[in-house]
Amino acid sequence: MKNNFKTVNHSVRKIDGLGLATGEELFTDDYDIRDCAVIKLMPSPYAYAEITDIDESEALKMEGVIDVLSYKNVERIMHTTAGQSYPEPAPYDCAIFDNTVRFVGDKVLAVIAEDEKTALKAIKKIKVKYNILEPALDYEKSEDRETSRVHTEKDAIQIIPIKFQPEKNIASEVNAVVGDVEKGYKESDEVMEDTFYTQYAHHCMMEPSSTKGYIDGRGRLVLITSTQVPFHTRRIVSHATKIPVSKIRVIKPRIGGGFGNKQEALLEPIVAFAVWKHRIPIKLILKRDEVFVFSRTRHPFRIKYKVGFNKNGEIKAIHLDALQNTGAFGTHALTVVSCVGSKILPLLNKIPNMLFTGKAVYTNLPAGGAYRGYGATQGYFAYTQMIDVICEKCGIDQAEYYKKWHIKTGETSEIFKALGEGKPGHIFKIDSCELTQCIDKGAEAIDWKSKKAKYSFKNKKNKNERYIKGIGMGCFMQGSSVPYIDMASVYIKMNDDGSFNLNLGATDLGTGSDTVLSQIAAEVLETSINNILVISSDTDVTPFDVGAYASSTTYLSGLAVKDCAEKIKKIIKKHAAKKLAVKEEDIDLFEGNAFIKGSKDSCSYGEICTSAMHIDEMEQIQATSSRVSKSSPPPFSAHFAEIVIDTLTGNIKVEKYVTATDCGVCINPKLAEGQVEGALVNGLSYALIEDYSFSKKGNMMNNGFGKYKIYTAADLPEIITIMAENSYENTGPYGAKSVAEVCINGPIPVIANAFYNATGKRLHKAPFKPEYILEILGE
Amino acid sequence: MKEIFNINGKNKKIELRPDSTLLEALRDNGFTEVKNGCEEGQCGACLVLVDDVSVNSCQILAMSVKDQTIVTSKGLGDQHKPSIIQEAYVDAGAVQCGFCTPGFVISTYSLLKKNPNPTEEEIKSALDGNLCRCTGYIKIIDAVKLAAKRMNGGEDNEK
Repeated sequence: MKNNFKTVNHSVRKIDGLGLATGEELFTDDYDIRDCAVIKLMPSPYAYAEITDIDESEALKMEGVIDVLSYKNVERIMHTTAGQSYPEPAPYDCAIFDNTVRFVGDKVLAVIAEDEKTALKAIKKIKVKYNILEPALDYEKSEDRETSRVHTEKDAIQIIPIKFQPEKNIASEVNAVVGDVEKGYKESDEVMEDTFYTQYAHHCMMEPSSTKGYIDGRGRLVLITSTQVPFHTRRIVSHATKIPVSKIRVIKPRIGGGFGNKQEALLEPIVAFAVWKHRIPIKLILKRDEVFVFSRTRHPFRIKYKVGFNKNGEIKAIHLDALQNTGAFGTHALTVVSCVGSKILPLLNKIPNMLFTGKAVYTNLPAGGAYRGYGATQGYFAYTQMIDVICEKCGIDQAEYYKKWHIKTGETSEIFKALGEGKPGHIFKIDSCELTQCIDKGAEAIDWKSKKAKYSFKNKKNKNERYIKGIGMGCFMQGSSVPYIDMASVYIKMNDDGSFNLNLGATDLGTGSDTVLSQIAAEVLETSINNILVISSDTDVTPFDVGAYASSTTYLSGLAVKDCAEKIKKIIKKHAAKKLAVKEEDIDLFEGNAFIKGSKDSCSYGEICTSAMHIDEMEQIQATSSRVSKSSPPPFSAHFAEIVIDTLTGNIKVEKYVTATDCGVCINPKLAEGQVEGALVNGLSYALIEDYSFSKKGNMMNNGFGKYKIYTAADLPEIITIMAENSYENTGPYGAKSVAEVCINGPIPVIANAFYNATGKRLHKAPFKPEYILEILGE
Repeated sequence: MKEIFNINGKNKKIELRPDSTLLEALRDNGFTEVKNGCEEGQCGACLVLVDDVSVNSCQILAMSVKDQTIVTSKGLGDQHKPSIIQEAYVDAGAVQCGFCTPGFVISTYSLLKKNPNPTEEEIKSALDGNLCRCTGYIKIIDAVKLAAKRMNGGEDNEK
């Protein structure tokens, strides 16, 4: 293997790790901006209502109240909050403030006050009159004639030619066809169908949604904001507020997690409008209860499959149908639906006939958005159990089945082309796939075959045992960036002492991308990572990057860094050749020095840069690079879970969970494992305990960590993390592809398969809470 | 109003209201290493040591601990002179977004003070009051083990 790296593929310390551990690194709300006013949002008490009157006169009389913003005094400009490339494949279905509120917790108005307590008092003094409307709360009935339409405003539009039918409560619709499924069903020995449901869930990033803004010394608006998408945010803020792009600077400081939640310009337009109007520093930091309801969520889905297969397990046709509850706004509606097909159907790429139908419907419930896994997580619940059923019916071992049928290196899938993001996708070949290795290693680590036989309900003698064990498995893929849509760019300059400034548009939201991208630069430039000085995500300073989403940063931003560093390397060689009086091709770079090949004659990077700047050429050694992704190499992962079911209480305990993941070369193995483990545990928590509970009127009843529990260290099973060896993605930087999302897809279906192994029963609704398990066991 | 508090070994004049929580009082006076994750005592991001006992600072009034010593994560160590625990978190890959980390550092300090050789189960149970969404806790548990080993003078080859 091409694997004698010096910095890449080493677990170097995260460059911001120590400052984060001590608390010296700054998050949005840590920036000390004097006399910063605060915004508090008034939440809608109703799921659906028209605001007929707002009387803010009493509030405005209060000392310390600066303004009340509402549809009455904020210009109505339709936009989407989805932080995606322009033109966004999401409907422009919201304004900063609207005269209609569409879910309990939607913003009615904003109070700007000198401090939080005053703002909260002021909110109580504002009288709002509503015309209460019948809400649409059941997404399966959203299209029914009797159901209220969530968006009846005339100015909501979709700016690209995709289906947007608010008159039917449809935010988006997408179809993709390969072959002819009806023909495939006819050729099949058996055809079966089933339906599955996934729930609302929240990202629960530890830092709440936060934005601060002020006017700088030159009259420009500066937004310090917890965002995954600084450049999209600048563009969307400009559109929604009419503040010119040239007057806006977006700075992303340290981010306390995002997982998709912050791929959204949600708070920024409000803060921008307020600061621009009043010319004072203002912040908007959501409280945790607001984060649950007002910020974005994971879309609930109904997923149906209809599959035709032969007795030997060969699938002749599959129809995957996804119905998404997008909530009150269609942000990420289409693209999340699309990923149910595009990130799942290529996995078993030899199926000749495939149909994907997806639809996103509006309801008067909290809006969905981007969330790690992005639709694939919901879709795999159905798909992975479908494979399990086929294997059980045909008497084939699941691990062997996946090994036979999964997409292999050099192969492609028609789905890559049939299903893009709001337009057809792009065909590409799989350059690296070590899924078979992952399956073998995972199976061995958990002792798959013997446990499967031992735990199987078919072999259980004592039917009345309280605790029963089960084992399940499944295989998953995701992507790395969106081809021909995602772009990343980089600027590098060299300093007198041989260090380099690496200015990245890319957005580190806690994943460690600043570190990983520095490693790539250091590798190319033959220097220590300590000589790479990173600044990322400041729209005034760094070049454009789409931001942190679609598992794109290591792959795509990494390519841009590698490209840019190679340009710098060339320039260094040119200068060194001149200084050492040899040809460029006779120069070798090693550990911060330029050598004449085969000799000890050398000069240091510091000398080269100093003479370039001050003595000889009098030029800055610098370069820029931008890259667009041309493929989206999937990472692959094989998952195995061993569970214990308490048949008395209905509690499912995961005892052991094994993941084996192929993400190409791990640029930083420890950080890559951290992505796998973080996604896995988030997925376990989602599978077993996380859900939104709503009142009959659409009010979320558990919007706090006291009632919306997430996994803690005490909940962990034994976890084994295996990273595939010898995987090298030639299209990626130093063999890397993505790793961040793929592992969140596993827990729901793998636990469900283990449940089947133990009981012979199928689970159709996540999460698998005790009351549901008891219901299923009682059937 | 202004009151003197002993924070990180120094007496410091703090501007606060009578009803300020300790979290508000600390953050408003520049101790931003203490994070506000939920304000309901559930996430552990705001943990500090009050007379060497770890406390969710969002759950107590600042004035109620006015005469006690308060230590934040930065009080245990800074970049110039980091604590063994903070170094262990970085070396173990236990820091991702880092918003929860100062709270975890405080919990780890409390645990290792009482129990210098915790078992894995004891570590998991001691960290039960801290939420992290990035790491899946596995590297955090590794960090606690590594810190314990280093504090006990054990060899360290994991760097």
